Amino acid sequence: MTALPLVSIVTFLPGIAGLALLLVPRTSASVLRAVSLAVAVLTFVLSLPIYFGFDPEIIGYQFEESRRWMPTFGVSYHVGIDGISLLLVLLTTFLMPLALASAWGSIEDRVKEFVATMLILETGMLGVFVSLDLFLFYVFWEAMLIPMYFVIGVWGGPNRIYAAVKFVLYTMVGSMLMLVAILAVFYQYGAATGRYTFDMPLLVQYVIAPGRAQDLMFLAFALAFAIKVPLFPFHTWLPDAHVEAPTAGSVILAGVLLKMGTYGFLRFCLPLFPDASLRFGPLVFTLAVIGIIYGAWVSTVQPDMKKLVAYSSVSHLGFVMLGIFTLNQQGLVGGLIQMVNHGLSTGALFLMVGMIYERRHSRLIADFGGLWQVIPAFSALFLVVTLSSLGLPGLNGFVGEFLILLGAFQRNPWMAALATTGIIFAAVYMLWMYQRVVFGEVTRDANRRLADLTTREWAVLVPVLALIVWIGVYPSAFTGKTEATIEALISQVQSKTGPSR
Amino acid sequence: MDAIVFPPVLLGPLAPTLVVLAAGAVVLALDLVPRALPREVPAMVALAGMVGALLATLLRWSTPARAFREMVVLDNFALFFNVVICYAGALIVLLSMDYLRRTGAESSEYWALVLFATAGMMLLAAAGDLIVVFLALELMSLSLYVLAGLFKRELASGEAAMKYFLLGAFASSFLLYGIALVYGATGTTNLDRIAAAVAARPREPLFVIGLGLTMVGFGFKISSVPFHMWVPDVYQGAPTSVTALIATGSKAGAFAALIRVLTVTLRGVPPDWALLLWAMAAVTMTVGNVVALAQTNLKRMLAYSSIAHVGYMLVGLVAGGVGGASAVLFYLLTYTFTTAGAFGVITLCERARGEAVETADYTGLARQHPVLAAALGIFLLSLIGIPPLAGFVGKFYVFGAAVRAGYFWLAVIGVLNSAAAAYYYLRIIVYMYMREPEGTATTYASSFAGGLALAIALLAIVVLGVIPAPFVDLAQAAVAPLLR
Repeated sequence: MTALPLVSIVTFLPGIAGLALLLVPRTSASVLRAVSLAVAVLTFVLSLPIYFGFDPEIIGYQFEESRRWMPTFGVSYHVGIDGISLLLVLLTTFLMPLALASAWGSIEDRVKEFVATMLILETGMLGVFVSLDLFLFYVFWEAMLIPMYFVIGVWGGPNRIYAAVKFVLYTMVGSMLMLVAILAVFYQYGAATGRYTFDMPLLVQYVIAPGRAQDLMFLAFALAFAIKVPLFPFHTWLPDAHVEAPTAGSVILAGVLLKMGTYGFLRFCLPLFPDASLRFGPLVFTLAVIGIIYGAWVSTVQPDMKKLVAYSSVSHLGFVMLGIFTLNQQGLVGGLIQMVNHGLSTGALFLMVGMIYERRHSRLIADFGGLWQVIPAFSALFLVVTLSSLGLPGLNGFVGEFLILLGAFQRNPWMAALATTGIIFAAVYMLWMYQRVVFGEVTRDANRRLADLTTREWAVLVPVLALIVWIGVYPSAFTGKTEATIEALISQVQSKTGPSR
Repeated sequence: MDAIVFPPVLLGPLAPTLVVLAAGAVVLALDLVPRALPREVPAMVALAGMVGALLATLLRWSTPARAFREMVVLDNFALFFNVVICYAGALIVLLSMDYLRRTGAESSEYWALVLFATAGMMLLAAAGDLIVVFLALELMSLSLYVLAGLFKRELASGEAAMKYFLLGAFASSFLLYGIALVYGATGTTNLDRIAAAVAARPREPLFVIGLGLTMVGFGFKISSVPFHMWVPDVYQGAPTSVTALIATGSKAGAFAALIRVLTVTLRGVPPDWALLLWAMAAVTMTVGNVVALAQTNLKRMLAYSSIAHVGYMLVGLVAGGVGGASAVLFYLLTYTFTTAGAFGVITLCERARGEAVETADYTGLARQHPVLAAALGIFLLSLIGIPPLAGFVGKFYVFGAAVRAGYFWLAVIGVLNSAAAAYYYLRIIVYMYMREPEGTATTYASSFAGGLALAIALLAIVVLGVIPAPFVDLAQAAVAPLLR
């Protein structure tokens, strides 16, 4: 344990820098871009000690900080890291510099506001992952909406306003109901123990009586998270938001924001409402499998690459949900690692679709063909990312999906079998898209003069690809950090639901 | 026949109100000075009156006093409301200074009437007797009726004043009739003695009818559904600075009296009234939000949104107890700064044909006046209830009180309303930030005082949002004497 409040520094550094940037007078765009990128990189560097200093043997929270904030409400400023949040924090700090760098050439309008909004957004996302106080969590969860709303609504595509408003309203309906459930948990705990607190480590020790109240609270939490994931049938905001958002926004949306939903299930739904989680488990299981297959089918027929990637997220996040609700070691670890994988692979896909869009101002698959002959380096990297997304063994996607299916077979072989078809369809839509875009003859004259990857684009893509291969080849470097926490979570759920399960 | 014993004259408990009244008298007297004074003088006197009253209030904190046979009760509850009302008054004075000059409606009466209205609100919060409630309410209302019609040459302003007056007088008579019936049932107009009489016979029909009629009067003043019909027209037609005062100060005063009357007189009674308030709260927030969705005029939209916020505050009243009542107080504090700020931005936005009141007038405001747009944006986000702004803590506290008291479904109705409300607040942000300006631009009417008011409001909603604990403690200390 270092004396330095590392988690707070990492969390608030980007946001404070963002606010400071808003206050400085307008300066040249490249200075602003460089400063914001430097802040994001610094945040990532500062988050590395958290990763390397994290002791995988310790069950419970590390790098904890706790301060009084609002004693009247039972609210404290309590942050910390455990095996569940560690990888997501790192994923966030890792993706943000890449997203900012990708926007270097594509965002020209109101650059100052853009970089400031992105940095504030980073603080919001990190806050969600590190909060160990339910109130604090909710503050970040809600506050994070607004910067994303601006990113989509101000810097997005032609239909951006519709997409931005839809995104906020969808999320808000879910999170508002969660607020009532949070209050219900708070008062139920307070009435039972005489101590009113939002502190998660205390709240999870409390066993909420199974029954209607717990079911309703679970449903309120689950709705908020399911919308964010998004779990079928709450996914309809996602394609709009992804298609309209600028590339940097899509990367963050797919890479980090969606993970907040699955993280919420892991962090709050399972330990707080174990009985309801078991009760509604089959339902979530079914929806996840429907999402996997539905997302894959709809992806197959998309004419727009960005939309294809967006729907493939629905499918991939279905796998994550499947893994979480297996409630066994393989499934949960697989789900967690799949969150990271999806962040990397889909983030990279959005980055590359964005790069090609910058060159051609089109994302329609039909507008491309034969890119291999024109831009071989791009095509080669695109192939790696495509294969990672469809789960080729040796790359990251395979590890997560394999573990999830392993877990799912123990719970329900039929469902698992159905889910497995999702992997096959993933190969269909990804490879078919790749084939139409990259192979064959150059069909359009506009594509003949496309420039290959620039140095900046190489710099953005190489770190992602390195991680994709690293996780694929040596996954235990990452899964090892989470296993103790996951085991503790499972035994906690089991002890709460009693020996009958 | 007994000789009439005059109660001792104790002016101490009236001090904050007297400061404001004195400032009003000075403003009127200044008009008599033959040589023309600088224009700023009356406004400065008004501001001094508000700040002086604020200081007088703060000095008396936690030293409860009663005077005139308990007709005036200056306890922490009244003092808390005095703070809210003085802040609202001071903000409105600051916002009015340049606004009035620009619209050519500057006159000493304006400042005097604002001060008298404020005095009425403060007295309302300190009223320990139904007669004082009525008198204070009339002092406030009559001043506001005139203020609403300040723009003599504008039809809308005249309509606002007329409508406000007619419906307000109607509501006042309901209130007065209710007071008469309560007096008939209990033989007193003093709240404490009514409480004692009611505790003995809680279901006395005369008392129930009487209290019900006073609720009609209060319902009108706080603009809860179904007594809200005047709100949109008056808010839209009245000068924007006056609208801000009606939306903040007068609501605070009326809420103060409503809370005091309900909690004190029904102290020893089973909570039958909660059901009525429950329905009022649910209908008020739903109607306010749903109708606000369809508005294209910003003032009108804020009018309906203010109705919705009254609904949220009523949720706290339904919950009752220290938690519920203090939640209402805290909510009013946050709401006052936010709403005064939002109306304040409107007073600073100008177009060729007059004020910028249509939603479309704010198209692309962020490009031309980024600071102004950011200010309005933050006020709107606070009204939605986005953390870490004050509005979020207010909602959290109110709905928390409801959940604690077991009103889950009311809280659910409330939060769903909040989500729906996000749509129309965000629409303004869409106009300001996500659309490009077209046609003639909205200009910023430069005003130091107005800018200062906005800065104070912004600071307040950030402070109330990030470190609400001390203010929540104050609110809890304020309601404690009512609930002994």
